[in-house]
Amino acid sequence: MAILESGTEITQVHVQHDEHHEHEHHHEEGFISKYIFSQDHKMIARQFLITGVIWSFIGVLFSVIFRLQLAWPDESFPILETLLGKWAEGGKLAPNFYYALVTMHGTIMVFFVLTAGLSGTFSNLLIPLQIGARDMASPFLNMLSYWFFFLAGIIMLISLFISTGPADGGWTAYPPLSGLPQASPGSEFGMTLWLLSMAVFIVSSLLGGLNYITTILNMRTEGMTMMRMPLTIWAFFFTAVLGVLSFPVLLSGAILLLFDRHLGTSFYLSDIYIAGKPLTNAAGEILQGGSPILFQHLFWFLGHPEVYIVILPAMGMVSHVLATNSRKPIFGYSAMVMSILAITVLAFLVWAHHMFVSGMNPFIGSIFVLFTLLIAVPSAIKVFNWIGTIWRGNINFTPDTLFSIGFVSLFISGGLTGLYLGNSTLDIPLHDTYFVVAHFHIVMGLAAGFGLFVGVYHWFPKLFNGRQMNNTLGYIHFWITFIGSYCIFWPMHYLGMTGVPRRYFQFSNFETFDVYGDLNVFITLAAIMVFFAQFVFVINFVHSALYGKKMTSLNPLSSNSLEWTTPIEPGHGNWPGAIPKVYRGPYEYGRGGVDYVPQHLNDQQIWGEKGAPQEVAH
Amino acid sequence: MSTITLQKTQRIHPKKFALWLGLGTIIMMFAGLTSAFIVRRAAGNWVEFELPPTFLISTLLIALSSFTLVMALRAFKALNQVTYKRMLGLTLLLGIGFMITQYMAWLQLTGYGILLQGNPSGSFVYVISGLHAVHVLGGVVFMALFYVNALRKLDPVAALLQEINTERALPLELLATYWHFVGILWLYLLVFFYYFR
Repeated sequence: MAILESGTEITQVHVQHDEHHEHEHHHEEGFISKYIFSQDHKMIARQFLITGVIWSFIGVLFSVIFRLQLAWPDESFPILETLLGKWAEGGKLAPNFYYALVTMHGTIMVFFVLTAGLSGTFSNLLIPLQIGARDMASPFLNMLSYWFFFLAGIIMLISLFISTGPADGGWTAYPPLSGLPQASPGSEFGMTLWLLSMAVFIVSSLLGGLNYITTILNMRTEGMTMMRMPLTIWAFFFTAVLGVLSFPVLLSGAILLLFDRHLGTSFYLSDIYIAGKPLTNAAGEILQGGSPILFQHLFWFLGHPEVYIVILPAMGMVSHVLATNSRKPIFGYSAMVMSILAITVLAFLVWAHHMFVSGMNPFIGSIFVLFTLLIAVPSAIKVFNWIGTIWRGNINFTPDTLFSIGFVSLFISGGLTGLYLGNSTLDIPLHDTYFVVAHFHIVMGLAAGFGLFVGVYHWFPKLFNGRQMNNTLGYIHFWITFIGSYCIFWPMHYLGMTGVPRRYFQFSNFETFDVYGDLNVFITLAAIMVFFAQFVFVINFVHSALYGKKMTSLNPLSSNSLEWTTPIEPGHGNWPGAIPKVYRGPYEYGRGGVDYVPQHLNDQQIWGEKGAPQEVAH
Repeated sequence: MSTITLQKTQRIHPKKFALWLGLGTIIMMFAGLTSAFIVRRAAGNWVEFELPPTFLISTLLIALSSFTLVMALRAFKALNQVTYKRMLGLTLLLGIGFMITQYMAWLQLTGYGILLQGNPSGSFVYVISGLHAVHVLGGVVFMALFYVNALRKLDPVAALLQEINTERALPLELLATYWHFVGILWLYLLVFFYYFR
């Protein structure tokens, strides 16, 4: 176990190891190296998942608090004062803290929950298991990746408790609001901590991404060609590519912002007057020459790929689960791969569609409209193929299947409004309204969140030593979440179409928007309902992880992919013996009249002496 | 479809591959900064100035250091410990010299009245060359560790084991790749500054 660095070494080490002292490595691992500073990808996956789930409760709780404000702006909630202290004196939320909550909700959900919690968990768990590798290319960097994420979380957590409050300039941290400590209380130390936390998070995400790409390209088992990889792996691969190419640019933007905040440069600041006096630099000259739009370019060059970083892993897992649970080959495997590739390429060419109203040249805007609408093509191919996959399938309606179908539903609903917003002419009136909020929450937030549930319900036995989740609680969780989520976000389209702006603290002073008071109450009630439904999930999660029913066979789902060939409680190294070889793609369900055609058995073992049937069933 | 394809999955050493990917992230970071430079420059209100000639000296130093590192790697592979130590030490000195001359160039720039806090045209030069120097510093720290390692006397058995290790040169090769990369990166930045200032 000494060397777990490169693929060849691992194989050699383990073969010798298993021959001579079978259980030695179980004794070697102490508590700290097994549960805390673990280098086992499966344990790191668990760490990412549990940290992500904790963060998701914090992030969603924040949204419930600011939804209370939006629904009942004049009520006072004494519990808020108990919970938030001076930020809700007399039970009324302070306007500044409302912005802080919105900012933190966005940051936590996008980066900590949907990037680290989703992609971090399942890339770690599934990449080595599904490609047939003992561990990641560098287990040590993998461990560092988790601990940098943990550190980023701690810094962000600290920022929630400082006297000036956390960052409150929006999760996009646009200057000058984020660049000037004078702008708001949250732009003081809170913003500094936000930037530090993000810088550490970027390091975590890069270390993870480097590992995922290296592992997928270099450490696949014998016979596992690229086109035999499960679609989950393709999705994680392109997710990592997106992260590796786009996160460094955000880091550049954040570094320049730190210089502006602390060292007196003016990359983003220009001609700013505070209390009637122009802002000056250290030399006493008026600050000028900066451009706040520059930050938007740098931010959205990451920010847009980021939404695909969030959604691609969910897409991959949904594809895998739908094929497995419909007992049918995935419809159009190579079309699925190509559409992920197309989305990845286009992801880098569309960032300025977030900036249509920033005063950009309309001609440039029209180019970004074109690329943005092009993304509809691969997205539509994927939706068509998911429907084609379950069409006339022998579907097992387990919670993971339901969440997958829910994902497809949400992706269609949210994707269609993307066609509206991608057009610059339509975006100009819709920009910064609740229409945008509804769009990105459905297509990115909810859909990716459903992807997380798909992964947890489907691979729970692989995450927690062969224990299974309770299906009844899963159904209750699904139906409340699914219906409740639509109840939250569907009405927001209507609000947005009539021009209700996002990020407003209170609408009761605006005659035009005050008429939607009841609708806001409805949305908030739905949000509270969905929030409490998540406790059903977390109770199920914790209880099942500790006392859930154990799998009795290796492969209860009759899945074709390699992760189900590992023991019920796999040790570090995954397979006690040799790594299985791979003879075919992962989705050949029902081929030649055989329902279950796993990747690791050869033709004779499946079809007997006569070998594989000639026709490929589709 | 179902025949076993005995394909080799180890085309390149995973660590080398991961390093190249890592260099890709650094490229993206500086691509972000230099394109920010171009975008900002196109917006007008841009102070033009001469680059300090000290940048040319530092360029010479880092170019030389790449040559000495090539020789160090060659000597290491030929088991020529004396030349290896000498060349590695020289590279280390040149690397430190590069950072010192960069600092002198910033002082010179300040002497011209171009300040970090002034017009973004100057701020960009400080920040970009500063971030590059941080990357050089990373290389210098690792190189110093290699040098300390090379000074240590190994007992004969360990030395023999070292010599038969097929991946013996891997760490040094990784360092060399990184070092040449930061050198080329500086060359790019210098040409960029001259062309776009």
